[in-house]
Amino acid sequence: MKDQTRPLPVPTPETAHFWEGTRHGELRLQRCTHCAHAYFPPRPFCPKCSSAEIETFVASGRASLYSYVISHRPIPGFEAPYAIAVVELKEGPRMMTNIVDCAQTPEALSLDMPLEVAFAKQNEEITLPLFKPLGV
Amino acid sequence: MKRSKAAVVGAAETTQLGVIPMSQVQLHADAALNAIRDAGLTVSDIDGIATAGETPESLAHYLGITPTWIDATGVGGCSFLMHVRHATAAIEAGLCRTVLITHGESGRSGIAAAGFPVPIRGSLLQQFETPYGTTGPATMFTVPVLRYLKKHGLGEDALAEVAVVQREWAAKNPRATFKNPISVDDVMNSRMISYPFRLLMCCLVTDGGGALIVTSADRAKDFSRPVYIVGTGESVETPMVSQMEDFTTSRAFRVSGREAFKSAGITHADVNHLMIYDAFAHLPLYGLEDLGFCKPGEAAAFIRERNTAPGGKLPMNTNGGGLSYMHSGMYGMYALQESVRQVRGIAAAQVPDVNISVAHGVGGMFAASSTIVFSKNAS
Ligand SMILES: [Zn+2]
Repeated sequence: MKDQTRPLPVPTPETAHFWEGTRHGELRLQRCTHCAHAYFPPRPFCPKCSSAEIETFVASGRASLYSYVISHRPIPGFEAPYAIAVVELKEGPRMMTNIVDCAQTPEALSLDMPLEVAFAKQNEEITLPLFKPLGV
Repeated sequence: MKRSKAAVVGAAETTQLGVIPMSQVQLHADAALNAIRDAGLTVSDIDGIATAGETPESLAHYLGITPTWIDATGVGGCSFLMHVRHATAAIEAGLCRTVLITHGESGRSGIAAAGFPVPIRGSLLQQFETPYGTTGPATMFTVPVLRYLKKHGLGEDALAEVAVVQREWAAKNPRATFKNPISVDDVMNSRMISYPFRLLMCCLVTDGGGALIVTSADRAKDFSRPVYIVGTGESVETPMVSQMEDFTTSRAFRVSGREAFKSAGITHADVNHLMIYDAFAHLPLYGLEDLGFCKPGEAAAFIRERNTAPGGKLPMNTNGGGLSYMHSGMYGMYALQESVRQVRGIAAAQVPDVNISVAHGVGGMFAASSTIVFSKNAS
């Protein structure tokens, strides 16, 4: 996958810790200390109980493949066909990502396959959390 | 069934569908003037405007209307269904008497059209979905479906069968864009767009528009073919498809549908005709289940057994749908128009004796939903 020109995220004050984490090789999630709900995407309060008593923690990086599509339309930064996936993190939340070190085919991409995070540096500021088959 | 508070007394689409040499605001106006004429009214009778894609002020100025009530709810393709719901409430509250709801979209030609919205820089969508190669609805709306198919032990042919049946309806409609019969094999052999979605499982892209005139149920008696609004619902879930709470069912669909049926005081057995917004072939499957017409996982068999096909017990998407009739981008208005035509008894593929028709819409990628129950009778 060519990564030079894909659209890159623009961090905000509420998400800065997440992108700082990926820069340091950490997948940082948030958890409510009031109701123990772990959540994503970032926000400074719990989306389940609205408590502002939340903490940031480093997730395991383990996930499973929840769903995906394989786009056949060529766009800058990607070599079609490429999969747009949603993974379910071991800690519970789901996130959109790409699957690397894996053929981009329905045969190679089977739902529920175990995955682990693979950090992909885009530039000095942005490192994206991609995922690869566990143990590859 | 509960007593209706408001009714559609004028309904029309743009004179043409397809490739239309008109700006987007003119598509709105073309449909609006057709609907006002259909109601036997004049522009000066309109005191409420609801629209999406264009603003109420652009419509007011362009058509020469001075409204006392406006609604610019814009949550994608089901906005116009919400406009029907909001207009009903506004009329009942005495905020206005005669509401014009317009849609027009230069989806194909792009003449003075906004196009598909680009995510705001720094929005959660832009940070946590856009970097992974999403290119619009075909790569976003479609993301949940493999989980749905796996959970219910279904194959890709479940999607193909939706497209095949809707083409049967389109074949009966002279205004449909695609009318040639297709087989499951034709769909399964069409070009891959975004696995598992092939070309014939995706909506077409055209120009077009539609408009409705809504007034109180009491006043509707003075019009020739009123279609009563007896139940309505709406909800939203999330702008990020990756964050839906369940990939096999839409919370917004369930909440909207439940509200619509409850407010109408009807059961599923009362429904004679159904429209489910079909930007992609999985939406009728989700819709049939989330509205409660089928149990989870049973919609594909329901369609395969021809319940929604011509001659079936629940005729669905009888104009051919977004897959075969037309789809300008925000299709909800065309679902409403077909429901109104079916209740009036003037549809191209007319279902016999439609007393109750349900139109169900989606906005964004399962982000929003609205449902309208129409009836021939006021109560
Ligand atoms: Zn909490």
